[in-house]
Amino acid sequence: MIPELGHFALILSLALSAALFVVPLWGAYRLSQPLMLAGRSLAAGQLLMVTVAFVILGWAFLHDDFSVSYVANHSNSLMPVYYKLSAIWGGHEGSLLLWILMLSGWTFAIAIFSRSLPLDMQARVLAVMGFVATGFLMFILFTSNPFDRILPLSPQEGADLNPLLQDPGLIFHPPLLYMGYVGFSSVFAFAIAALLTGKLDTAWARWSRPWATVAWAFLTLGLALGSWWAYYELGWGGWWFWDPVENAAFMPWLVGTALIHSLAVTEKRGLFKSWTILLAIFAFSLSLLGTFLVRSGVLTSVHAFANDPDRGLFILVFLAVVVGASLLLFALRAPVIKNAPSFNLLSRETLLLANNILLMIAMITVLFGTLFPLVADALKLGKYSVGAPYFNLTFIPFMTIICLLMGIAPESRWKRTNGSPLAKVVSGPAVLSLALGIAVPILLGDFAFSMVLAVFIGSWVGLTTLWDLWRKSQNSQGRWVGLRKLSLSYWGMIIAHCGIAVSVLGVCLNSHYADMDKVRMDVGQPVTVAGYQFTLEKLEQVRGPNYMADQAVVVMSKDDRVLRVLKPQKRRYFASGQIMTEVALDPGFTRDVYVAMGDKINAQSWAMRIHYMRFVRWIWLGALMMALGGMFAVIDKRYRKRKSAASPTPQEA
Amino acid sequence: MGRLKLFLPLIVLLILLPLFYVGLRLDPSAMPSALIGNPLPGFSLSTVESEEVVGPEAVTGEVTLLNVWATWCFACKAEHPYLNKLAGEGIRIIGVNYKDERTAAQEWLRDLHNPYEFSLYDNEGRLGLELGVTGAPETYLLDRDGIIHYRHIGVVNDKVWNEVLGPKYRELQGE
Repeated sequence: MIPELGHFALILSLALSAALFVVPLWGAYRLSQPLMLAGRSLAAGQLLMVTVAFVILGWAFLHDDFSVSYVANHSNSLMPVYYKLSAIWGGHEGSLLLWILMLSGWTFAIAIFSRSLPLDMQARVLAVMGFVATGFLMFILFTSNPFDRILPLSPQEGADLNPLLQDPGLIFHPPLLYMGYVGFSSVFAFAIAALLTGKLDTAWARWSRPWATVAWAFLTLGLALGSWWAYYELGWGGWWFWDPVENAAFMPWLVGTALIHSLAVTEKRGLFKSWTILLAIFAFSLSLLGTFLVRSGVLTSVHAFANDPDRGLFILVFLAVVVGASLLLFALRAPVIKNAPSFNLLSRETLLLANNILLMIAMITVLFGTLFPLVADALKLGKYSVGAPYFNLTFIPFMTIICLLMGIAPESRWKRTNGSPLAKVVSGPAVLSLALGIAVPILLGDFAFSMVLAVFIGSWVGLTTLWDLWRKSQNSQGRWVGLRKLSLSYWGMIIAHCGIAVSVLGVCLNSHYADMDKVRMDVGQPVTVAGYQFTLEKLEQVRGPNYMADQAVVVMSKDDRVLRVLKPQKRRYFASGQIMTEVALDPGFTRDVYVAMGDKINAQSWAMRIHYMRFVRWIWLGALMMALGGMFAVIDKRYRKRKSAASPTPQEA
Repeated sequence: MGRLKLFLPLIVLLILLPLFYVGLRLDPSAMPSALIGNPLPGFSLSTVESEEVVGPEAVTGEVTLLNVWATWCFACKAEHPYLNKLAGEGIRIIGVNYKDERTAAQEWLRDLHNPYEFSLYDNEGRLGLELGVTGAPETYLLDRDGIIHYRHIGVVNDKVWNEVLGPKYRELQGE
């Protein structure tokens, strides 16, 4: 009975979201205040009903209600409670429900926090959000109902959640990622509402900016967490595979990065308006495209969603309607630039435009690589698979140029920048970066020119950013006062750009200096890898809540000093019979050491893999810094002003 | 001219949409194999059931499905009941137990029922490599002489059998 209530709550949400689409829009057209105001209540009602459905699905998982097909396929009575709860989004139907929950949450947040908007604008924004929610609710109700029952012959036991997903990383990865994806829908809604009203002034950029930045920060965290999870759970020693599903999340991130920079120009200088609108549409369209690619089965991927062409067709139609309509609206209503741009060739505008163009090219190369197998197949050109070599070859050059420009952009000025003082300012960091670029590979004991370039680029981004901070914090009342006077959004930029530097260094150094050894380990016999001794102390059997595991107790030491006892496992899950390798990690700031069990040789020995992953943590540390920087920018007090300022005073972007 | 440029993104979308639509109808996992039309590569492997070594001649003689499976493969578990059903209908299936452990494989066959006439124990993945296996499960359709006629990547289910594998199987049997 209770699951049917959940189903019913979803149907009510659909009715409410359809009303949210129609009523405020009609109100904005007829200039009827009550109809426009109704948007807020409808948004609240939709959130309430979706929450009810979500809680009921959670209830079904907690109570092991295996008559619900989705629960039976993704849970098991032996699973720990926290995995039962995270299993809510462990499959297609439930993750879609999570997506809708977040969409409703964002819609409600817009209804609450954007009361400073003119009412007709807010009504239109909410209506667009309502339209998106209507599409997704129809999708879940017609093709992927999580409350479908297996009656009358309900299974006694569930099939278990895929063991790969029984991991703390997965508890948080999808929610963060969806917060990002869905967040771009709000920026999209602002853009569409602006196109509908024709009021494409700097105000809409100002309203959209914090929403775009929050979405971007969440997407950054979601991607980082996904990559971290892949690193330790898949146990291949890799952290990014250029898999179609990863690309599907990475493309909105690239466009989102371009968008938050382009919004800065639109807000501060009133330029690039059409371009910014287009980026807002792209960011959300790519989120939808990602959904289509992941859940329709048109591309093969390591991410195992239950694929179904009917679902694919539904998303494709939805994609065509949403993206087609918004691009048509864009083509008809976007402002056409008539006058020549009022900035010089060397100016902050140009640099940000270059950032945008390069990010878009990078996105298009990723898009091309991701879609090529599909397009080639559809055009009967043959079967292809596009792998890491293509992506590395095409992606890295553009990123290099972006990083080089990143060093001088914060120093540049709006409208026009004088070339020679700029060159003087950055010459110090340039020389120091080059010195580091030569020194670091020598210190790491393996000199390679690619690493000189990599360390130079990473240091260049970091040092120029810090140098900018140093110069801008100069103050007659002392350094501390100077530092405190800087705006939070400036701090956000500094932290995020330093994060890029840290990530770039991590990615490059790890790609070159990581090491892996396959070794045979016998009980009591030490082996040496990368200067560490590993001794297999004993082999034992351990029982987990829903698995049995062979566990190796490996003592890791250096110069006769015990550093850590590592306990990698080879698990066998009861319900599925699936074998899983759990790696054991010794994390560190400059290196991770991890041990994974391979195959059993005999009762006293196993084949094992020992990875020596240098600087791998820097990759995610940098991502954390980027997200933190985004959050700093959002809490800057100028966004908390409760008025719709149309002409902001010029300050740091 | 300025306005026309703004239609460009829409045009790109309109080109992509039909391609996506066609893509929906295609199966990305239906991979042609370089070996189609060629005989099964040579091998000498023991079986999961016994240490006795067999070669390609053990496979030939009848139209056969050669199914690559492993206990670590989640999708194989989903596929398994369907293979049991096919075996029950008298279709000859031979397994290739791919990069697996013998004891685990034996337990799996005992617990889940064994649809295979026998399973080649390819724990080093040597045969899999020669076949060009990209992942388990994969199923190869062989004629009486051991010539490979079709390769299916992914799970064999009702749809795959009725639409693709079944007709091809009957065609080979009819010859």
